[in-house]
Amino acid sequence: MNSETTTMGSSFENAQRIAVRTVAEAAPAADMVRMRVEGLSVYYGKLHAVKQVTLSIRTNKATALIGPSGCGKSTFLRCLNRMHELTPGARVEGKVLLDEQDLYGAGVDPVDVRRRVGMVFQKPNPFPNMSVHDNVVAGFRLNGTRDRKLLDEVVEKNLRGAALWDEVKDDLQKSGASLSGGQQQRLCIARALAVNPEVLLMDEPCSALDPIATAKIEELIHELKERVTIAIVTHNMQQAARVSDYTGFFYLGELVEFGETGKLFTSPEKRQTEDYITGRFG
Amino acid sequence: MLCCLSVSVFFLVAILGYVLVNGASYINWEFLTALPAPAGESGGGIANALVGSLLIVIVASLMALPIGIGAAIFINEFPSHGTGHTIRFLAEVLTGVPAIVVGLFAYDLVVKPWGGFSAFAGSVSYAFIMVPIILITAHEALRLVPDSLREASLALGIPKWRTILGVVLPVSSRALITGVILAISRALGEAAPMLFTAFGNPFWNLNMAKPMATVPTLIYTYATGPYEDWHRKAWAASFVLLVVVLVTSVLTRAFLRGKSNE
Repeated sequence: MNSETTTMGSSFENAQRIAVRTVAEAAPAADMVRMRVEGLSVYYGKLHAVKQVTLSIRTNKATALIGPSGCGKSTFLRCLNRMHELTPGARVEGKVLLDEQDLYGAGVDPVDVRRRVGMVFQKPNPFPNMSVHDNVVAGFRLNGTRDRKLLDEVVEKNLRGAALWDEVKDDLQKSGASLSGGQQQRLCIARALAVNPEVLLMDEPCSALDPIATAKIEELIHELKERVTIAIVTHNMQQAARVSDYTGFFYLGELVEFGETGKLFTSPEKRQTEDYITGRFG
Repeated sequence: MLCCLSVSVFFLVAILGYVLVNGASYINWEFLTALPAPAGESGGGIANALVGSLLIVIVASLMALPIGIGAAIFINEFPSHGTGHTIRFLAEVLTGVPAIVVGLFAYDLVVKPWGGFSAFAGSVSYAFIMVPIILITAHEALRLVPDSLREASLALGIPKWRTILGVVLPVSSRALITGVILAISRALGEAAPMLFTAFGNPFWNLNMAKPMATVPTLIYTYATGPYEDWHRKAWAASFVLLVVVLVTSVLTRAFLRGKSNE
């Protein structure tokens, strides 16, 4: 795994990252913290979309963010890999720490941040001009890697990792856009995994999928936790309960409650959380 | 509605038919491959004008393509500087500038300082005609690329410029190529800007720094000349020009359709 990481370039960042990883792998404590968010606020012009959120995302766990539409959970997620910067007029205050390094610190390149913190979107978005094979290794090819043998290995490993290999192995050259919706989403997961991120952000990854495809993705999330830390936004509370270890409930831009999923769903501390999970609003 | 439609279709068919009837009968191998015959003599061809038009439009494309597509990328992919609307507006105005005015401008810009007519000056005037067309069609093409694809690429830790080269341009390549072909076929038929730039030349010339024959200027010279034979040659050359433009666009479309079915 390390050899692949090294070929991605950017030596100092990678050296750091490998070092941190080795430490993390050597001492797999139950609640190691991979990402820490401190007092994060997001503004769109005058709109205060996320208000002073502080939480920790634990290593090799799935953290779910739930809440009604417009509560800021997707905005929050997009701040974790600096994707919100693409939205004109967005502004961020506070800290986002990945392995104790502030992602918003001076001299941190958002391109490097996004390589370390991958993302899967609401609608499957494979590159329509590329085959299944090329989609998986898009992160390598578009960054200039041409080593065929390495690329083929990455393709198989990550398609297996995304539970898609058996369905597509006979024709890796067909267009990524020709797959079904659920397969496309798993292809996008494989593509995100291929660059070896430390954290994988998933923004309502099942909202465009049917129940069977959804079940496959949820199953996959359980397997993925072994190799990557996951943060998932979902409007589906059952899904949060099924796939996550920790859950945060957002309402009107604030983090109302955060805790272990089992506890949050059975005995929430806050009244608002209880009202939401029992379906009284939202 | 139907009336308007039939009138417009009638004129289109009439023009095509007229050119076909008057021009096609004169077409033969010699016409396409020989140099023009001396005034008053029959026979001869338009080979130098065909090659000249082609050369001038290729050089013009080399200038207009990077400028037009570069500008479209600039206004669509980097909107934060806020000049996009102005650039787009200027491009739209520029498409409306009469070709003769473009020619005059190229005359002042290139021919006068250079001290004589040249094919290169013709390329510059063609480029002026092509840039706004390429810019506008490329801008529309880039606008149609969904943001979700840009996000997908950026989220993989791919820098913005590689995202543009590796995802945005390939995804919109069909529309981009169509726009370039549109601009080329528009420019190929313009005679006005050639009159005081490339000027025309009855002999072989492949030197871009010298006057060069083009099909539109040849048609102009022959059609306004005193000989019956020249008039027929003008029709025949018109027919060739029409066929070249038509075949280019049909072939391009077929090629692009085949590519998209892969």
